Amino acid sequence: MATAAGALAPPAVQAPSGVWSWLTTVDHKRIGTLYGISGMSFFVLGGIEALLIRSQLAVPNGDVVDADRFNALFSMHALTMIFLGVMPLGAAFFNWLVPLMIGARDVAFPRLNALSYWFFLAGALMLNASWLPGDAPDTGWFAYAPLTEAPFSTGRAMDFYTVSLIILGTSSLIASLNFIVTIINLRAPGLTMFRLPVFVWMTMIVSWLLVLSLPVLTVGLVQLYFDRNFTTNFFIQEGGGDPILWQHIFWIFGHPEVYVLILPAMGIVSEVLPTFARKPLFGYAAVVFAGVAIAVLGFAVWSHHMFTTGLGPVPRVVFSATTMTIAVPTGVKIFNWLGTLYGGNIRFTTSMYFAVAFIATFTIGGISGVMHASPPIDSQQQDTYFIVAHLHYVLFGGAIMGIFSGIYYWFPKFTGRFLSESIGKLHFWLFFIGMNLTFFPMHFLGVSGMPRRIYTYDAGFGWETWNFVATVGAFTIAAGMLTFIWNFFRSLREEPNAPDNPWDAPTLEWATSSPPPEHDFDAVPLVRARDPLWHDRDNGLAQPEADPNEHIHLPPPSYYPLLIAVGFALMGIGALSHLAVLALGVVVVVYGVWGWVLEPTGPEPAAGAH
Amino acid sequence: MAEAAHAPSHAAGAPHSATGIDSRKLLMWIFLASECLFFGALISTYLIFKGDIPFPPASFIADHLHGGEVTGWFPSDRIGPDGTEYAGVLNIPVTSASTFVLLMSSVAMVLAVFGAQNGRPKMMKTWLFATMLLGILFLGFQVFEFHEFGAEGLNLSTNQFGASFFVLTGFHGAHVTVGVLMLGSILIGSMRRTGLGPDSGFHVETVGLYWHFVDVVWIVIFTIIYLIPA
Amino acid sequence: MRLDLLRRRRLIATAAILVLGLALAACSDPQSTVNPKSDHADTINDVYIIVFWLALVVFVGVLGATLALSIWFRERPGRVANQFHGNRRLEVVWTLIPVVILVAIFVPTVAAISDLEPDDEVDLPANAIVIEAIGHQWWFEFRYPGLGIVTANELHVPVDTPVRVTLKSDDVIHSFWVPQLAGKVDMVPGRTHAIQFTPNEARDEAYLGQCAEFCGTSHANMRFRVFVDDRATFDAWVANETADAVPVESLSALAQEGGALFTSYVLAVGATPCIGCHTVKGSLASGVIGPNLTHVGSRSTLFSGIRDGFEGAESADRVQRELERWISNPDDIKPGVTGRPNGGMPAWGELLSTEQITAIAAYLRELK
Repeated sequence: MATAAGALAPPAVQAPSGVWSWLTTVDHKRIGTLYGISGMSFFVLGGIEALLIRSQLAVPNGDVVDADRFNALFSMHALTMIFLGVMPLGAAFFNWLVPLMIGARDVAFPRLNALSYWFFLAGALMLNASWLPGDAPDTGWFAYAPLTEAPFSTGRAMDFYTVSLIILGTSSLIASLNFIVTIINLRAPGLTMFRLPVFVWMTMIVSWLLVLSLPVLTVGLVQLYFDRNFTTNFFIQEGGGDPILWQHIFWIFGHPEVYVLILPAMGIVSEVLPTFARKPLFGYAAVVFAGVAIAVLGFAVWSHHMFTTGLGPVPRVVFSATTMTIAVPTGVKIFNWLGTLYGGNIRFTTSMYFAVAFIATFTIGGISGVMHASPPIDSQQQDTYFIVAHLHYVLFGGAIMGIFSGIYYWFPKFTGRFLSESIGKLHFWLFFIGMNLTFFPMHFLGVSGMPRRIYTYDAGFGWETWNFVATVGAFTIAAGMLTFIWNFFRSLREEPNAPDNPWDAPTLEWATSSPPPEHDFDAVPLVRARDPLWHDRDNGLAQPEADPNEHIHLPPPSYYPLLIAVGFALMGIGALSHLAVLALGVVVVVYGVWGWVLEPTGPEPAAGAH
Repeated sequence: MAEAAHAPSHAAGAPHSATGIDSRKLLMWIFLASECLFFGALISTYLIFKGDIPFPPASFIADHLHGGEVTGWFPSDRIGPDGTEYAGVLNIPVTSASTFVLLMSSVAMVLAVFGAQNGRPKMMKTWLFATMLLGILFLGFQVFEFHEFGAEGLNLSTNQFGASFFVLTGFHGAHVTVGVLMLGSILIGSMRRTGLGPDSGFHVETVGLYWHFVDVVWIVIFTIIYLIPA
Repeated sequence: MRLDLLRRRRLIATAAILVLGLALAACSDPQSTVNPKSDHADTINDVYIIVFWLALVVFVGVLGATLALSIWFRERPGRVANQFHGNRRLEVVWTLIPVVILVAIFVPTVAAISDLEPDDEVDLPANAIVIEAIGHQWWFEFRYPGLGIVTANELHVPVDTPVRVTLKSDDVIHSFWVPQLAGKVDMVPGRTHAIQFTPNEARDEAYLGQCAEFCGTSHANMRFRVFVDDRATFDAWVANETADAVPVESLSALAQEGGALFTSYVLAVGATPCIGCHTVKGSLASGVIGPNLTHVGSRSTLFSGIRDGFEGAESADRVQRELERWISNPDDIKPGVTGRPNGGMPAWGELLSTEQITAIAAYLRELK
């Protein structure tokens, strides 16, 4: 692999330090780190919520938490894990890796990138602020009307819900627009679309899913907010509305959302498996097309969440067919990953453990999913622990395992240090055993008739044993998480002397130092094939030398993204309290936008225009 | 928007782009794709409720009887099963005029873009100003219409027609307002000593994209709400 | 990890047998979804069995392959990875095989959807039982329009007779689910859904049901029971349910005291009296906000399935205590009831004396 060794480094831009430098950063790597730390922290918060849930359900008639608190816990657990855990962890990888993998020095719109992070943080803090007045959303993450409307939900919980999700949705939308433009427009010379790493493809697909699904959710949230605050009746049946309309609007977003949650992990695994199997990904084109097919079909299956809501036989048949169809490209990906292992010379690092386990546990989740793609079967499984088992196998066994595979894989690139392999293997086994102990028995609980979203259950239903086992599993996962946190902090104390490409991996991010300099690449790479570093290695080719006279222009830091996010947060708070606060927020946003537009972004003042 | 930090560009001014399309324009196009879904969901909601408006309760009829007709309930004229006459709130002639105004604003926008792209700053400024005026005039029509409907008795909570109508056209109006603000910003920017800079054609074109989109959405809304009978 | 291949296989086999064995125990659980006792549940179970075995084949296949490949191709000194990364024929095959499996699932699925559609009311056989189920936060109202019965939380149906249940809701979305007899269908306010089944096994023990759509604070406590009776037992139940409440004169003295309190217009200042929310047929009480209590003393459970009810003479003390506890503070047993949005039940413990509550409880207990 060629590095820019020997070339004069461009004029040094000292990586700035200090809190202000982080608050005003527009560097994709730092933004990635911010997303990663935040995502991991909220993942822990969601985990604590889960432990409380499992403690309550460990035995019949538990009294760890009361009914209302439990209902808030399971609602917030889902919201936290989905919007504040898995999505930002995915965004952390998008931010760190996409520019590096395409040979760019940053994303297309660095300030917009920072803006999306600060919006995320604002939404995350607002959602969790609801705990303080005891008004955490407690009607499930899916918030079915009319339970979310007056007179059934009278506090401000559902207003925290609508406003926070609007802010979070805006964050994701902005980030998605940015990544699509980046991937389309900022590829290094020679990097055609079909030479892109699969992870970059998945980033693009996820971004399109969000661009097209978030607006629909936003409309639903606005309508719910209007129902609750401006006496409309979109979802209130006595006023002429329809509760089922909420479900359609929500799931038209909600189903593509689950592909948003899993595709990044699939992208990660598609990078990790070939590296450690020491052979290229099997069936690259099929894996890419399968991802596109999953995304397109993902918009055609939403009513499978509504099979029991009184849809007629024709919609049920249609959505059953489309849902089963999605299993085909999903299966194709799984077989391609297995094909990647076949004939390999597999090195079992911790990252590889997670990636291989992902194949197994995600498949289990996929199988149970196909079961409830059949409406008659679903009429027994819907709203039971069978679904809880399914969703956790695909989300924990899928997304989380994939994310941790990526963390162990790219940690050296991001920090210049290695996570300990031995502690990592302990972490892996605690997670793998823990998750199977927690979620496999839930299949049995579901078959045994245990509904979900119940704060307690009686003895005599046959549910005691498996609930207890599941709780033991949950604490095992927690132990695994503590192990990981130990590994993380311990590793940070080491000397950052990881080589550029410790795993002998094929993609461009490994062609620069670990961690990369602020400008990412000394010289913009030239891409001649897919898996460029392997191609160069096998053909004795070198990357271009850095041009010592090149002046690399990096966008200067800016506080306007933070300011605009503060303004937007004020608008959100105002929507929950006083018009005056909302107005103040608008003023701050307008001021921030004005400043942003006029802010110089380069040495020439002319470049600072709109 | 900040210029991307990327490979040194060999052509002066134009940022590197693997497709040759300016990143900022691409951003606007993709943003407009998301806006299609946003308005699509609002329009779908309107369509779902449109055919299903029940007759009003007696209390409403009593309060809204003007000149033998009940106002403020249905979009277009109806006669109830008991012979009660309902006057539709939609005023197609007036709204046709406002639609024409918005269409003309798009024409003005095209002329502004032409002026910007062909180095004719005066033409650009004139037609930017005209677009703004016409946009504001359209908004004036909307305010008038909302006020009229309110006076006749139709508001957000009256019935499903009221709720979905006001939310849909209200958000459209908000988008027009944002467009007017963007036009105003460009106009002010163009009046500086340095003008909009070498990129002026591009900036005006990008705002033009947004403006035309908002106009197209209005055509769809106008057709669905006003022209297609319930 | 260096477990050798054979040991690993043995471990997995043992685990699988254990797990399968324990899983099969699910069949005997009282709310089991795989112990069908009606034509409807049978149809579902038949599809499930097909899918289950196909799923097991895929499970063993994919997981087995994952494990095998990981072991066979783990790194060894001198091994070089084979750099092939495509095989068109293989890719086509492994795209088509899932399609075949899915068709094998889809065909019986469509057939079952068609079979499970409830008949239109006009097409029902003459002996069919028609029930109207209305979901409330957090109890089930059951009406038999043809028989003139209004009751709560407990259904009786005769064996081998078609039962058609229409489903409505008075407040939020609930779901009617008694797994051994039928799949679930939601009860959506403003809509009427229907479910139909013919139970095929009469027994003394109830079939258990539970609300299966999150409906607020006490969703977990919203349960019900279905009794599938032989004809004679069913007719006896109908006769009892259609009758007025037990005449007050035939009750014990304590119960008569309770009855007087129960049917008074004002029980405590500012609190809706019992008759405002409950019905006891043949008395002043004709409220419809809470469950019908005409024969509450004979129900097998109390408070929508969460406490045992009448089980013969020896249960009298227990039922008495439960009723007293409930009347004093319903939230103690079922959180959220006192603050229920569509009309909560007062916590009478703060408004009445213990003796009064004891008397009312005795009255209800004796309403057989």
